[in-house]
Amino acid sequence: MLDFVQQLVSGIALGCVYGLIALGFVLVYKATEVVNFAQGDLMMLGGFFAFTFIGMMGLNYWVGFAAAVAAMALFGMLAERVVVRPILGYPQFSIIMATIGLGYFLRSVSGMIWGTDDFKIDTPFSQGVLRIGSLVLAHDKLSVISATVILCALLYLFFNKTTLGTAMRASSENMLAAYYMGIPVKRVVSIVWAISAAVATCAGVLLAPITFIHSNVGLVLGLKAFPAAVLGGFGSIPGAVVGGVLIGVIESMAGFYLAEGWKDVAPYIVLLAVLLLKPEGLFGLHLRKKV
Amino acid sequence: MRFLFKTDYEDDIRLFPHSGYVVSYGVLLAALLIAPYVLSSYLMSQLVFVCIYATVGVALLILTGFTGQASLGHAAFLAIGAYTAAYLQKYNVPFPVYFLAAGALTGLIGAMVGFPALRLQGIYLVIATISFAFIVEEILARWESVTNGNEGMRVKALSLLGVAVSRDSPTFYFLCLAVLVLTIVGTLNLLRSPTGRAFVAIRDSETAARSMGVNVALYKVKSFAISAAITGFAGVLFAHKLSFISPEMFTLQLSIEFIIVILIGGTFSLHGAVLGAIFIVMIDPFLTYLKDDMPGIIAGIAATFGAGTQSAANVHSKVAAFASLNGLKGAIYGIIIVLFVLFEPLGLYGRWLKIKLFFQLFPLYKRATFKRQKIYVKSERNR
Repeated sequence: MLDFVQQLVSGIALGCVYGLIALGFVLVYKATEVVNFAQGDLMMLGGFFAFTFIGMMGLNYWVGFAAAVAAMALFGMLAERVVVRPILGYPQFSIIMATIGLGYFLRSVSGMIWGTDDFKIDTPFSQGVLRIGSLVLAHDKLSVISATVILCALLYLFFNKTTLGTAMRASSENMLAAYYMGIPVKRVVSIVWAISAAVATCAGVLLAPITFIHSNVGLVLGLKAFPAAVLGGFGSIPGAVVGGVLIGVIESMAGFYLAEGWKDVAPYIVLLAVLLLKPEGLFGLHLRKKV
Repeated sequence: MRFLFKTDYEDDIRLFPHSGYVVSYGVLLAALLIAPYVLSSYLMSQLVFVCIYATVGVALLILTGFTGQASLGHAAFLAIGAYTAAYLQKYNVPFPVYFLAAGALTGLIGAMVGFPALRLQGIYLVIATISFAFIVEEILARWESVTNGNEGMRVKALSLLGVAVSRDSPTFYFLCLAVLVLTIVGTLNLLRSPTGRAFVAIRDSETAARSMGVNVALYKVKSFAISAAITGFAGVLFAHKLSFISPEMFTLQLSIEFIIVILIGGTFSLHGAVLGAIFIVMIDPFLTYLKDDMPGIIAGIAATFGAGTQSAANVHSKVAAFASLNGLKGAIYGIIIVLFVLFEPLGLYGRWLKIKLFFQLFPLYKRATFKRQKIYVKSERNR
């Protein structure tokens, strides 16, 4: 039983990281209907930024964290301006390819700049553990879980309660009509990219003590975050986190109870099953074109 | 400019619309037939890879370009073809038999992938095919009694009519070329048949196709099966060309490369598959060439612009250091993909058509001829 709870908690912590990356996908998808295959690489880049500020320049952890988030938000806007804006409105396939290309580029360039070693960021909560009875919970895992809950709640409120959030949902539905209604669609899109890059950076920095930062981390985790986003139904913020947690728990349970090899494929098998039975995901909306 | 006057449906579906086609393709075929006796063995080897990649490109075009179903899992189909060949070869099955068996098995699995894909579209389909490819990759690594696991499998030289054909021989090249040409001709005919028309109808609008009486589910599965089967054939050749296969060769990276093939070539015509394959296969030697020669060239330019010997040598070493940086190739790949999507969405073949039309209509060419429409309404995208 104790093993089970231990696995459950570490699965939830891992799942929260997937959920954070999936949140980035969902934000961009909600506002612009673009699926950003470079989301994992944005996370990786955010981790490297934080490493540069904290590990190399010796800034305080929180200052470095904030600086990395700000820098990545700017970078997200830049990426949107250069790569995505010219092809908004074209078939989804072209946009997917463009973001795959962007991911390739980011991965190689950060490999060129920071090398291919694993990096570690010293955090205030790398060491401590919380003991509840005989259950041992590491602080770094708890930090990931609590940060995910906070970010998810903030973003949910932002999207549903603020004017800007409503503008974002409107421009996702129909960019042209939103533009006629006086919504500055271009600015909205670039703000969404900034937010999603910032969320990715949070994921990267929180992840650093658990999996370390290296130039391929984005690819590996990004591909796990996809099932998470799909499971939750692309386009639902709580769905992304729930999907991420499910994927994380499934992965860690499969790694513990099933034979070797199941750990890596279990999320994808579940994903295929979900797509077969409920293609719109757990929280998604099913839309069909009217003729 | 030539005007084709069509009086009959037969005129419309002819493989060679006019004599110009016969001449140009005849010359191309002749050049390809004498190539092994002219080109160096390295270039021949690259040409074999072009044939294999182009075959996969054609397969992917049937599915993605003409049926509109994106797939990032074609490396898995290639792997299934390659492993079928390697496994059957161990039991001394003759080449023609395992060649066909690989195609049949891959086609069957393709159809099985097609069934879940019926309910999916767009991004969901892409993710489902990625998942399928991951599962196949893991099975290849774990099912050790058949696939030999991560140690990989050796593939012996193929024997045709009792004669061993080495992977570097002209005969092997001709075999690959024959498979490519047969695939292209077969696909061209397929696209002129009711099946091909149904594929294109599904791509353009699934709802409209359904209301015209096209059995969308059936044709989607057919498209998956045909595309997978052709990829399986290519997989057999791929295995023989490499003579060693292991699971880590058939990763997502390879699937992305196949998508790049059709993206760079152009997704609306079979020419695209061949042009894209040439591009993808030749970019490696080209980058190696640049890496070796660029420092010298740039230092030479610096010297002619009055830089001293010292600073020219300085420039030389700096450029050389930059060119040998790890990961430069990946960055260039990324930039190429983004540039093509942004500025040349119709690919290399689209560029060729634009240049051709420019000269045909000179001086009346209009840029807007090739402009694509942007759609900003979700319900329109949601077809």
